[in-house]
Amino acid sequence: MAKVLVVTSGKGGVGKTTTTAAMGAALAQAGEKVVVVDFDVGLRNLDLVMGAERRVVFDLINVVHGVAKLPQALIRDKRLENLWLLPASQTKDKDALTEEGVGRVIAELRKSFDWVICDSPAGIERGAMLAMRYADEAIIVTNPEVSSVRDSDRIIGMLDSKTVRAETGERVEKHILITRYDAGRAARGEMLSIDDVLEILATPLLGIVPESQDVLRASNVGCPVTLNSPASAPARAYHDAMRRLLGEAVEMQIPSERKGLMNLLLGRRAA
Amino acid sequence: MSVLRLFTGRAASAPVARERLQILLAHERSLRGQPDLLMQLREEILAVVSRHVLLDPDKVIVRMDRGKHVSTLEVDIELPNGADRAFASAG
Repeated sequence: MAKVLVVTSGKGGVGKTTTTAAMGAALAQAGEKVVVVDFDVGLRNLDLVMGAERRVVFDLINVVHGVAKLPQALIRDKRLENLWLLPASQTKDKDALTEEGVGRVIAELRKSFDWVICDSPAGIERGAMLAMRYADEAIIVTNPEVSSVRDSDRIIGMLDSKTVRAETGERVEKHILITRYDAGRAARGEMLSIDDVLEILATPLLGIVPESQDVLRASNVGCPVTLNSPASAPARAYHDAMRRLLGEAVEMQIPSERKGLMNLLLGRRAA
Repeated sequence: MSVLRLFTGRAASAPVARERLQILLAHERSLRGQPDLLMQLREEILAVVSRHVLLDPDKVIVRMDRGKHVSTLEVDIELPNGADRAFASAG
C-alpha cells in the first residue's frame, strides 16, 4: 500500500525541504521506493537540495496539464536507485495547479511507489492546501519558537478539516518533527522545550533534529544530509525518524554533536 | 537553573513563550471553523443602524481588542451631517 506523506509547517524556513530530501533518501536507503514531489510552484528548491537542478526537463505542472507524461517528468536520483524526484515549475504561478489534476498525479504515483512525499510550500494558501489534500500522513516541521508553533497549530487544524481523509471521516496521521533544536538553550530556558511544544500541539513526536552546520553543508553540495554525512547528528535524527515512520519503536533521543571539553565547560555550542 | 541565572542575570524567556502560546492558541482554536466574527458583527450592525440613519458602509469600522481579562469591541460609525434629518424627511 502506497503512502502519501506531506511535509508541511505553515511557517517558511523551518526545514520542510531539508526534511523532505533527508527523509526521502533515508526511506529509499531502507529499501522503500520513494518519490519526492515539490509543490512549491514558482519557488522550487527541492531539485536544488537534491542536486538535480540541471536535470529538470518537465515538472509537476506539465504533468497536471498533460503536456508531459509522468515518467518523462520523474528524475531518478543518481545515488539511490529507489529515489525519484518530481520537480515543481519555476515559472508558472500557484493557480496552475488544480485539485483534480493533482489528484490524478497522486493516484498515478501511488501505483508505482511505496512513499509519495509532498514538500509543501510555506503559508496556508492554495499550494499548501493542495500539497496536503491527498495525504495519508503528515510531518509537521516545527522550530521551538513561538511563531513556528502557532503556525503548526494552524496547519494541524487544516489537516483535520481540509484533507480528503478528514472530509471522508478518516484521519490524517500526524507527526511533529522538531528541527533546529538546541538542547543547551532549551536547558537554559532560552528556548521552548520539547515537552512545551508537544504539550501545546498535542501531537505525537516523530523526531528531534538538532541545529547543525551539516544541514547547510549538505544543501550547499546538493545532497540530502542523510547521505552527505550519515554519521552527523541531524542525519542520525532523520534516520531514527524514518524508522519510527516505518513503525519501528526507536527510543527518542536528541543526537548531539561531539563537543570538546573546553566547549562543554564554557557552555558553547559545538561548531 | 536559578544558580545559572544568578550568573547570567537573565530570566528564562521560554516560560513566557509557553504561556503566551497557550493563551493565544486556546483563543484561536475556539474561533476555528466559525465564520469571521468581526465581519458578521459589522454586517449586522450596519443593517440595524442603516434602518434608522443613512450612512456610508465604508465608514463603519468594527474593531476588537483582546486583553488578558476583558476584551473590548469598538464600533466607529461616521455619520454625514444632516443624514438623520435627510432620512426622516425622506421617510
